[in-house]
This record gives sequence, structure tokens and C-alpha cells, in this order.
Amino acid sequence: MDKQTPLVELKNIELAFGGVKAVNDVSIDLYPGEVVGVLGHNGAGKSTLIKVLSGAYKADAGEIYVNGEKATINNPRDARSYNIETIYQTLALADNLDASSNLFLGREIVNKFGMVDDDSMEAETRKIMKRLNPNFANFKSPVSALSGGQRQSVAITRAVYFNARILIMDEPTAALGPQETEMVAELINQLKAEGIGIFLISHDIHDVMELCDRISVMKNGKLVGTENVADVTDDEILSMIILGKKPS
Amino acid sequence: MKKLMRNAVGAIGIDLRLLGMIGALVLLWIIFDLSTGGRFLTPRNLFNLSVQTASVAVMSTGMVFVIVTRHIDLSVGALLGFIAMVMGTLQLNILPEYLGFGHWSIWIITVVVGVLLGTLIGAFQGWVIGYLTVPAFIVTLGGLLIWRGAAWWVTQGQTVAPLDETFRMLGGGVVGTLGDQLSWAVGLAATIGAVVMMVLARRRKSSHGFKVKPLWAEYAMGGIVTALILGYVLVMNAYPLPKGAAKRYAEAQGIEYPADGLFISHGIAIPVIILLVVAIIMTIVAQKTRFGRYVFATGGNPDAAELSGINTRMLTVKVFALMGALTAIAAVIASARLGAVGNDLGVLDELRVIAAAVIGGTALSGGIGTIYGAIIGAVIMQSLQSGMAMVGVDAPLQSIVVGVVLVLAVFIDIIYRRRAGL
Repeated sequence: MDKQTPLVELKNIELAFGGVKAVNDVSIDLYPGEVVGVLGHNGAGKSTLIKVLSGAYKADAGEIYVNGEKATINNPRDARSYNIETIYQTLALADNLDASSNLFLGREIVNKFGMVDDDSMEAETRKIMKRLNPNFANFKSPVSALSGGQRQSVAITRAVYFNARILIMDEPTAALGPQETEMVAELINQLKAEGIGIFLISHDIHDVMELCDRISVMKNGKLVGTENVADVTDDEILSMIILGKKPS
Repeated sequence: MKKLMRNAVGAIGIDLRLLGMIGALVLLWIIFDLSTGGRFLTPRNLFNLSVQTASVAVMSTGMVFVIVTRHIDLSVGALLGFIAMVMGTLQLNILPEYLGFGHWSIWIITVVVGVLLGTLIGAFQGWVIGYLTVPAFIVTLGGLLIWRGAAWWVTQGQTVAPLDETFRMLGGGVVGTLGDQLSWAVGLAATIGAVVMMVLARRRKSSHGFKVKPLWAEYAMGGIVTALILGYVLVMNAYPLPKGAAKRYAEAQGIEYPADGLFISHGIAIPVIILLVVAIIMTIVAQKTRFGRYVFATGGNPDAAELSGINTRMLTVKVFALMGALTAIAAVIASARLGAVGNDLGVLDELRVIAAAVIGGTALSGGIGTIYGAIIGAVIMQSLQSGMAMVGVDAPLQSIVVGVVLVLAVFIDIIYRRRAGL
């Protein structure tokens, strides 16, 4: 795997909030068709690190490489232009708008007069939903009226629809029931097969061990280490999370 | 029966809130008409009502965007006064010096300068709010004081009058109407336009394979729209010019003025046409442009909007710039209607505008609001005020009633939203 060019490489990323180093000299990478879990306690800096990649935060120092080339990501729009899509833990949906408006938010389909074409967007939304979540039927209501799972579907659909190459999932199953969690797991495997690289942020070790190829553990803003899932046990990872080191 | 009604309403596709607002308005009109002995629902009063509403209604469409993005603009009344003062001075004291008194282009230059000034001031306030992150409440509260003071300074408190004759047409009144033939033409064009839009929308929907409304519902909706537009034209044309004005009109046209008078229709007032154009454009902006979509998305969830790549700071600048431009248009209407600009022009208008938007269903928590709702809200506010004045309600009691209605309207809206699960 190492001979390939990584899909994305974060090198020596640093970011401080008012003197507190939320992310301190962290480097991680991701290859095509790979799922890398980013693990750590609350406040370990995993979400912050990943928000640097998604453009929500700007790093104080460090570099990002996409397909081996240096990338400049100053805002979410930049990230999207590198085909980096993010599913946020909060889902980041505009609750007052319907599913298709949310799916296309910031990238609306317009007609030849430059007017937003709601009908085309709804038709596209119906098409992709049929594939990802055939039970989804409520295309007219604002998403505030939808269930947690349905809202998750909208957020996932939005990330997948626009040919994502790098997908960031921030606690994708935190708010879901077992059946919906299973659906997300299936989706991850499907996307993996398509060659998409996925960063999976979670603090559920069980989830991560099952879905990921590699795991990067963070503690207090620093990278503890990155391990192949095949080479470590749950206990070893747990020790990295809690103690900040692998038991010898 | 109740269920049948609800199904019918649902099929036509009018939402219940709109129906409720129209119901409230009609009820209000009937009550006032009964208690004034039939003086309220006359062509004359409805004409005056529509002219009086125009200025506040124009601003309320912009206030919808401001409130939807979770901001507020308290400066519109004072800004209206300032812009009107500048426009008054420009057309009366400055432009005639270069162009000659009564030059045809004076009103155009005045309006253009006014709208540019409004846009610029609005954009500046929006910049302070969006980029310097001073809360809109504070920035526009400051604006309220600043622009009212600035308006005084333009002429040292003197009233500017009389305004340019062509400019005054923009405020309605005897000369500022379309007359009967042009009113019919506008009415017909509007009807045809509305019907064509409905047909096109239906075609587009079925071409995507979506479910469309039953045909009878479409016909019913088309019928209602047609009746409303043409009915309005009919009423406006039923209001004749007063004797003196009719005489002058006859003289100007070279017709002999008959002894028993001459029936010359007012027709639709020009400010109402301006309001109509503003309403259509603002509705298109709200529903069919990216800008409008981002306004609502930002109001619904600012973080989500930001993460979707929307520049919410720039959006704030644009929303307030638009509010400024609409305030300038309202300033044109308000000053042209009076034919003069006094120091108190637009005082308390900010509260009327906000009330109109809120009565019209705009939620102060953001993300929700409609242009047509705000306009109906403005009509309700104006109906209340002029109706109570006609009935002879004391001025202090008038403001008490308006205050109670405002709170009640928002309360009912909250209940409705809770029930509807929105």
C-alpha cells in the first residue's frame, strides 16, 4: 500500500485556540479505498484536526497534500473543490429547508436563466435516495420534520452525491439505532469498494475496529500513533487512548 | 364537511396560514365596514388604503430577509427620512440649478441617487454587522439616531416642498394613477402572466413525473387569482377623480366639461404598481435565486450554511444593502405622496415594518417568512389604523389595539406552528 500516492496527507498540522494547542504537530494520511479511524477522548483534538481538512478551521502550521500535490484549504468551498466531503456530527442541515434544498445547498442546480431549479433538484434527490435509502419518502417537508435516521440519510447523500474522493465522517452512527448503524456500515464498505478514502471519527472502539483498516489515536492534541487494525487488539488501542501509549 | 374543506384547500395548495391571514383581513374589513355605516369598503377608501400601505409594504419585503437571517433593522424609518430629505434637496435645490426647473430627467436622477444612497448605507451597516460582528440590533439602533439626525442636518430642519411634479406622480394621488384603460391593460397582463406561470409550473412538474394537483384545483386557483386581480382593477376604476381634478383633466385633454360632472377613473395608483413589481421581484429572489436560498439556509442554521461554503458575512452585507435600496424606494413613495419632505417623515416606520413582517408570519428566530405574508401583514396594519381612525377610536386606544393585535398575531402563529409540527 505504501507504494501508492496517498489520497490525502496531513503533515505536521498545528492549531491553537487562545494559547491551548488543540492540535499539536499531527501527521496522518489516507489511501484510496481505505478507512482510517481517528480515535480519542473528547477534547483529544480529533474533530479539530479533521475540520482543518474540511476547511472549517485554518491550520496555524502544517501542510495538506491531496494526491501528492500541495493543497490550499482556507474554507469549506476549497475543500469541496478537492472532492473532500464531510458528514458532520451535527449533520449541518438547514432544518427549515427540505431534503433536496439541503442536498444541493451551496451547489444548486440552476436553469439557463440562473434560477434555482427545484424540480430538477427534487428529481435528482429522489433518484439517489432510491439507491441509498429506499424507505425515504418525505421530499416536501422541512428536514426538521424528519426522523434522526432520515436526517442522517440526507447528510450522507449530500456528501456522496458530488463524487467525493475523500469522505470525512464525524461520529456517523452516534445518533442512530442498530438498523441504521448497519446501513451506514454497509454504505462505508460500498464506498470503500469504489476507491473512496474515508476518515472515520469516533470514540466507539468497537465500530472502528470493525470498519477501519488503520487507526490513528490522538490524545491531548498529539498523535499517539497509527496502527494497522490487523496488528492490534482492542485493549492495545484502548490503552493508547487512555494512557497515550501502547502497552509494552 | 370540515375534512372535505380541508382536503379541498390542501388540493388547491394554499397554505393554512395564508388562508388565516386573508380570513383575518376580510373579517377586519367587514367589521369596519359595518361600524362605519358602509364607508370602509368603498372604492375611495380602498384606493387610499392601497396607497397608504405601499411604502411600509415595500420595506416589509426587505425586512423579511433581514429577520429571516436572524437580524433586525431598526434604522429603516430614520433612513427613509434621511434619503427622502436628500432626494428632496437634490430635486429642488440642486438639480434645477444645472438642468432648469421642471426638467424631465430630474425625477429619474433623484430616484437613482436615492436608491444608490440607500444601497450604500445599507451595505455599510451590513458590513459592520457581518464583518465587524456588532449585533444588528445595536448597529441599526445607532443608525436610527444617526440618520434621523443626519436628515435634520441636510436642511437644518426645514421642510422641503413642493417636490418635482413628475416625481410626485410616484406617490399616487390624483395625477399618480394609471387611469381606467391602462389599469385594465395591467390587470389583463397580470392575469395572463399568472395563468401562464401556473401552466408552465404544472408542465414542468409532470415532465419530472411528480404528482400534480387535480385539474379542478388548478382551475379553481386560476379563477381565484383572476377574480382578485380584475376585481381590484374594477374597484380602483370605480373611484372617480374629484370635481376640480376632473375639470382640469378635461381642460388638459380639450374635452368640454359637462355641467353634471365627468366620471374619470383613478385606476390603479402608481405606488401600488411599484409595490407589485417589488413584490414579484422579491418573491422570485426569495424562491428562485441562490441568494434567496442562502438567506433562508443561513436563517435556518448559520453553521450549516457556513459549512456548505456560503459566505454568510457577505450575505449579511447583501441583505442589508437590499433593505437599504427598498427603504429608498419607500422614501420615494412616502415623500412623493405628501409632495413634501418634513423632518418627521418615516418616524416609527421601523416598528410598522417589523410588525408587518411579523404579523405576516416571519419568525424572529429566523429561517421562516414569506414576501406575500409581509405584504398582507402591512395591509392588515394599515387597515387597522385607518379603520379605527374612521370609526373614531381615540388615538391612544388605537395604538393599544395595534399593540395587542401584534402580540396576538404572533401568539396564534406560534400555536399554529406547534400544531403543524414545523
